[in-house]
Amino acid sequence: MKIDKELIEHVAEVARLKLTKEEIKKFLPELKQVISAFSDISKVDTKSTSSSFQPVELKNALREDKPSKCLTQKQALSLTEHKKDNYFKGPKAV
Amino acid sequence: MVSVSSFVKKVHSGEIDVVEHTAKVLDEAKKINKEYNYFNIISESLAKQQAKVIQKNPKGKLAGIPVSIKDAICVKDVESTAGSRILTGYKPLFDATVIEKIKKEGAIIIGKTSQDTFGFGSFATNVGLGMQIPLNPFDKTRACGGSSGGSAGITQLSQYPHLSLGESTGGSIVAPGSFCGVNALCPTYGKVSRYGLMDYGNSLDKIGPMGKTIEDVELLLNIISGHDPKDSTSLPTRTSQKTIDLKNLHLGIVKESLGKGTDPKIKDMLLNVVDESDIKHAQVSLPITQKYGVSTYYLLAMAEASTNLSKYCGMRYGQHEPLKGNFNHYFSHVRSKHFNEEAKRRIIIGTFARMAGYRDAFYLKATKVRTKIIEEYKKLFKTYEVLASPTMPIVAPKFEEIDKLSPLQNYMMDIMTVGPNLAGLPHMNVTIGEKDGMPVGLMLIADHNNEPALLEAAKIIEKV
Repeated sequence: MKIDKELIEHVAEVARLKLTKEEIKKFLPELKQVISAFSDISKVDTKSTSSSFQPVELKNALREDKPSKCLTQKQALSLTEHKKDNYFKGPKAV
Repeated sequence: MVSVSSFVKKVHSGEIDVVEHTAKVLDEAKKINKEYNYFNIISESLAKQQAKVIQKNPKGKLAGIPVSIKDAICVKDVESTAGSRILTGYKPLFDATVIEKIKKEGAIIIGKTSQDTFGFGSFATNVGLGMQIPLNPFDKTRACGGSSGGSAGITQLSQYPHLSLGESTGGSIVAPGSFCGVNALCPTYGKVSRYGLMDYGNSLDKIGPMGKTIEDVELLLNIISGHDPKDSTSLPTRTSQKTIDLKNLHLGIVKESLGKGTDPKIKDMLLNVVDESDIKHAQVSLPITQKYGVSTYYLLAMAEASTNLSKYCGMRYGQHEPLKGNFNHYFSHVRSKHFNEEAKRRIIIGTFARMAGYRDAFYLKATKVRTKIIEEYKKLFKTYEVLASPTMPIVAPKFEEIDKLSPLQNYMMDIMTVGPNLAGLPHMNVTIGEKDGMPVGLMLIADHNNEPALLEAAKIIEKV
């Protein structure tokens, strides 16, 4: 597996991070080392093993479909600097 | 030292003036904080207001007890940042379920404790940009341990009865407990509600108590435990507690935890204390956990963290920037400016592990190895009620030593604690002595929902 500058830049873009040249220079050898070490899990035989997405058995936890108390529009907007006409104002979509 | 329960009795009987006591506690917290950096914020006005209420109506199992809260747990109207700059200024509009529960019992919330940003660290040195690193209460040139470092430090240094709420994803309750010499318990996954906890890894995060005595820890655990409909991963409340037959208590010492990498003095201390405790014991093996635990843990934790942190984008709360460019530019700008280096590193590795082309080999493979690790523990619990290992392989390191570690060497420090965290098992740090003036901790691990065995074994070990 090739871990290079292009791959890190691509992953960063997917993760909405803009890394500086210095950060990429620092991260590249570190990530190579970490990912190579973590690749050791490929040695574990898991052919007949299922995934554990939780450590304990959990069944679907569904609530009754009834309206309940939630934040008011005013409360929900109270922590943002970006709002207009009682809505959040976001950056341009395109 | 007055235990929490005897202090509470004095509050109930009116022997203690809670307002006056809280003022003294706040003065002490401010003084300690100037020197040791245990708080991101001291919630003075909330504490004083709560003290007045308790003074008038001294009720509850925690009446008048000062409690510090890890910054990642939401406290209504108190700045809660999870130790990150991107959440500077965020004052939650609601209390986490654990906060509701302790407030109901009369606890006085004195502040939000310092931590590695979002829990990303083993030493509480990866604090958010512009934040202060907590210093070890025994030696200021050494780390408190992470990520709940501030919680452990203040619990050790406060001269008053004190409780703290920490949070663990891969060892963040017991590791600082060990380095700071306090009792610290991480419960079974799902036993304590995560509602209102700023998540690091949803399938791994647990809120747990820290205290000066095992009884204090047990009291707080019982108060915060229980099913919460607001947390879909919350377990049903257990109505009947398992009875522990102390005479037949069987303890397994994890032999791999005593090998290369563990300070030989810590190994000897552990073996001596177990021998002297008269608990029936034998050495046991956890080969998969020991060999693959760190890789499995970090792949899963970082994968989950990389999705959890996507909500921090400068729109609804926390840090904002002027709205310029399209959403890609804006979100990337806010996140790149305010996340620290370790947060970026974990987001990159976690995103990589989940991406098409790599997902099967890393994320999905790790979920399967996790199953193997859970099975390995479950097999041992057929014979042993409790397992033991050192909590950390070393005593609290000096900051200059930590600076020399590569990220991979840093991650390897969690080798003892990632196993029970991956398997969602309750585990606890008990201080068993000192090495060169620094506390040494033993970690006990029990089966799911077997906190009673964990606590009983801890009480026996403590008495040695």
